[in-house]
Amino acid sequence: MLGQGHPHPANLKGYRGVTNLEFDIKTLETDVLIIGGGTAGCFSALTISENSNYKIIIADKANIKRSGCLAAGVNALNAYIGKDETPESFVEYVKRDSEGVMREDLVYSLAKGLNKVAKKLEELGLPFLKDDNGEYVQRGRGSIKINGENIKPILAKALEEKKNVLVLNNVNIADYLIKDGVVIGAIGFSLRENIVYQIVAKKVVCATGGASGIYKPNNPTFSRHKMWYSPFNTGAGYAMGIRAGAEMTSFEMRFIALRCKDTIAPTGTIAQGIRASQINSKGEEYVSKYGISTTHMRLYSTIMENLKGNGPCFLKTEGIISEQQGELFKAYLNMAPAQTLRWIERNTGPANENVEIEGTEPYIVGGHTASGYWVDHNRQTTLKNLYAIGDVAGGSPKKYVTGCMVEGEIAAMSIINTIDDTQTVKSDVCETNAFIQYFSHFFHNTDFYYTISEVEQAMQKIMDEYAGGISTGYMYNKTKLRIAANRIEELLKLIDGMRANNLHDLLSIFETLDRLYVCKVLIKHLETRKETRWKCYQENADYPFKDDQNWMKYVNSVYEDGIVKIVLRELVGRDKTYEHTD
Amino acid sequence: MSIQIDKDICIACNKCSNICPGNLISTDNDSKAFIKYPQDCWGCTACLKECPVGAIKYFLGLDIGGSGGYLYTRNQKNHIDWHIVSSDNRKHHIKTKKDESNKY
Repeated sequence: MLGQGHPHPANLKGYRGVTNLEFDIKTLETDVLIIGGGTAGCFSALTISENSNYKIIIADKANIKRSGCLAAGVNALNAYIGKDETPESFVEYVKRDSEGVMREDLVYSLAKGLNKVAKKLEELGLPFLKDDNGEYVQRGRGSIKINGENIKPILAKALEEKKNVLVLNNVNIADYLIKDGVVIGAIGFSLRENIVYQIVAKKVVCATGGASGIYKPNNPTFSRHKMWYSPFNTGAGYAMGIRAGAEMTSFEMRFIALRCKDTIAPTGTIAQGIRASQINSKGEEYVSKYGISTTHMRLYSTIMENLKGNGPCFLKTEGIISEQQGELFKAYLNMAPAQTLRWIERNTGPANENVEIEGTEPYIVGGHTASGYWVDHNRQTTLKNLYAIGDVAGGSPKKYVTGCMVEGEIAAMSIINTIDDTQTVKSDVCETNAFIQYFSHFFHNTDFYYTISEVEQAMQKIMDEYAGGISTGYMYNKTKLRIAANRIEELLKLIDGMRANNLHDLLSIFETLDRLYVCKVLIKHLETRKETRWKCYQENADYPFKDDQNWMKYVNSVYEDGIVKIVLRELVGRDKTYEHTD
Repeated sequence: MSIQIDKDICIACNKCSNICPGNLISTDNDSKAFIKYPQDCWGCTACLKECPVGAIKYFLGLDIGGSGGYLYTRNQKNHIDWHIVSSDNRKHHIKTKKDESNKY
């Protein structure tokens, strides 16, 4: 079964041809299936619907009006070609920040579309700050100021008006449907009724976001979900791809955010917005002591100051004027309201006290680093007819919101240009029945003394202690990773014995299963890169230095016959039109 | 980090349970909403903004510095009213306009 590392339930003889009494089956046929209605998925659907008459289904496990990582809003558009910048200079900036290992070709094609999608967001109704000449006001060299609170409702509304788009809210997609090595759709279950959805499509787009909750979080008790990334982005798209044998890239380049302590609210609003510096408990500005101020070095320096006993570290805000404080209250309400509540419920604010900062637990997220599906120039994965966009797509760090949207657009245009109108696909009844039987069996399991929540917590503790979590200062070594790998395998074997009492339990089982697959691949990637390229993100204690001679390359992997097989690939240059050839 | 729904104010419209990105809100026998999985709340405030009667209180857990305060919202056509009650019961009101960009 899935949980024991078998590739596909349809291959299990005992499950073939079994009819099921508990779930009704709904079969839907469409031209394009988009899995995940976050910003990337919604924008891709919008692009297809505006440029063709193809039928589109968006399946989302929540409601696209507020699903994905931008449920609360977003503080700024952080990927934009600002004044005096060019797509070429954007590539150089991302390259420098990523220590040279990223897909220059993908970053370049994305950079060329950033400003166009920003304009489109404005046309759809997102408020932008403008100067007297009507130009967008920049927050940094590649960042512009907006009010991002309403970004998801705006995108959802734009789709509501499209006749060729069907939105399936509250449907959790569990796996791809594959026939003769081609992705022909996906299967999932409703979170509201006992219905299994079998969706057959000519093209499938994976836009499920990255993976949170694989490591023990900053706040592991009551507020365990008060984290940087959406706790509901559980790596489902990665896991489905891994199980189906898609090539994945750069999982070892984890992302760790530098955030406001406890509330895990963004720091960029303060750091860039009011130019606040990072100081330690002695009031010293410490970042420059550690070298160039890249994203990961601002984090690393904070971790090191704490280890040296110079913590806590802060953003220096004391003394800002009350007008600035008032604007910060509003800015946080528009994206991370917990921070404003935290200040006001204690009758204080950033003008009176510096804002304490900390590093989060590691995430796997392709919108910030390079982790995800290995894609070609059209964002097609190594599985035929499957595209990957947004946080689930790899190779292109620092793409952020606008970059994810451009990827959605690139995939959409490729789909329109290559879709085969004459194609008819039929799903395999045996395969569908095997899935239904697999979903159902959790309801027939007897109660076990372990619950799915305990499996999740055990996974997070193992990853924290043995695969470079917060408690080890993000460092790991070979011996630790081996322990982690063995323990994750043990947990995977427990999944099939879990008991579900309702559809929410079934969802939790799949979320944990998916995270375990992400862990499995991540551990192998961490083990493979025998250097330390990105401080904190990838810090191998056995090899503490950067090794440009041997490791200016991508660590990729393919899951086959229960084993994560590593594929090392040479760097792809900026002007290459990359196709999958081997 | 979580929410609490006041049953006396709730009008059983189900808007909050339909919007929660974590599918965490359920309804009781009177169709009134309650948070079934309080520890799984991300704190995104999607439910508060949907609630037409301001029945949902948003609070910080003790483990992240909560001290007894809370906030609730009224989502108006062109702005959101944020009502924040501090731990010493002082009431604050902040209005964020929907068509106005962040200054930072």
